[in-house]
Amino acid sequence: MLWRRTTDWPTWGWTSPFEELERMRRQMDWLTGSLSRGVFGQLAAGVFPLMNVTEDKDNYYVRAELPGLKANELDISVTGDTLSISGERKLPAEDEKAQYHRREREAGRFSRIVSLPAQIDAGKVEARCTDGVLTVTLPKAEAAKPKQIAVKAS
Amino acid sequence: MADTETKALQAKEKAEVTTPAEQTRPGLVFTPAVDIFETDKEITLLADMPGVKAGELNIDLRENVLTLDGDVKEPEGVGEVDVIREYRTGKYYRQFTLSQVIDQAKINAELKDGVLRLRLPKVEAATPRKIAVKG
Repeated sequence: MLWRRTTDWPTWGWTSPFEELERMRRQMDWLTGSLSRGVFGQLAAGVFPLMNVTEDKDNYYVRAELPGLKANELDISVTGDTLSISGERKLPAEDEKAQYHRREREAGRFSRIVSLPAQIDAGKVEARCTDGVLTVTLPKAEAAKPKQIAVKAS
Repeated sequence: MADTETKALQAKEKAEVTTPAEQTRPGLVFTPAVDIFETDKEITLLADMPGVKAGELNIDLRENVLTLDGDVKEPEGVGEVDVIREYRTGKYYRQFTLSQVIDQAKINAELKDGVLRLRLPKVEAATPRKIAVKG
């Protein structure tokens, strides 16, 4: 088996050893690339906030976890098929004399733009912030909704 | 050094709990990010637990071990199909060991916009007292 493998190795008829190295490098890139993909093998943009987008027949729903943020601290706008969310997460200043044991929560600015697969009815977009989770409901534009076509009997 | 300058937030995946103990319920478990600071009178713990409702958060103190356990319901409604999924949802779980100086009867918890603020007052005897020296 081992013998077969070594003899079958394509470099035995090598035209250029670098070609083989190049092929191996490409394969490694492909391997590492597929590992660094986001949750469930999908590509994540890696931009704060991380978002989950779902859809049903009438709407798109965009959700993001933004603990401590209030709805009025967020700047949300919609144009055509893009949604942009920006804001700043502030952590209220604590007692000056406080000594920190742990500091894992982070503050800072953020801004993100997402393109949705279809046009949005910008006038009817709703955003809600409950328990630190932002939910933006984006109704699909009439033109983008699936339509049932009745077949007429002749 | 105070954080006066605002920096841009970086996207971070939630840290999954890796406990040796088996989970009895299916689902993912995450470690909430916390801030813990101490003043003369109390220790304050702030934890980010987005999606947790006050009724679904259990704070348990037993033999100096403080356990935070927050359940998150799937936010998606019926009939919703995934388009992009960048973060996952699940329970939050974290344990802390408290020292004896905490007045366990006066612990106060408040959950607002997905952030838990837990006040752990120190017992009277443990708060430092200035003693005036008479000349």
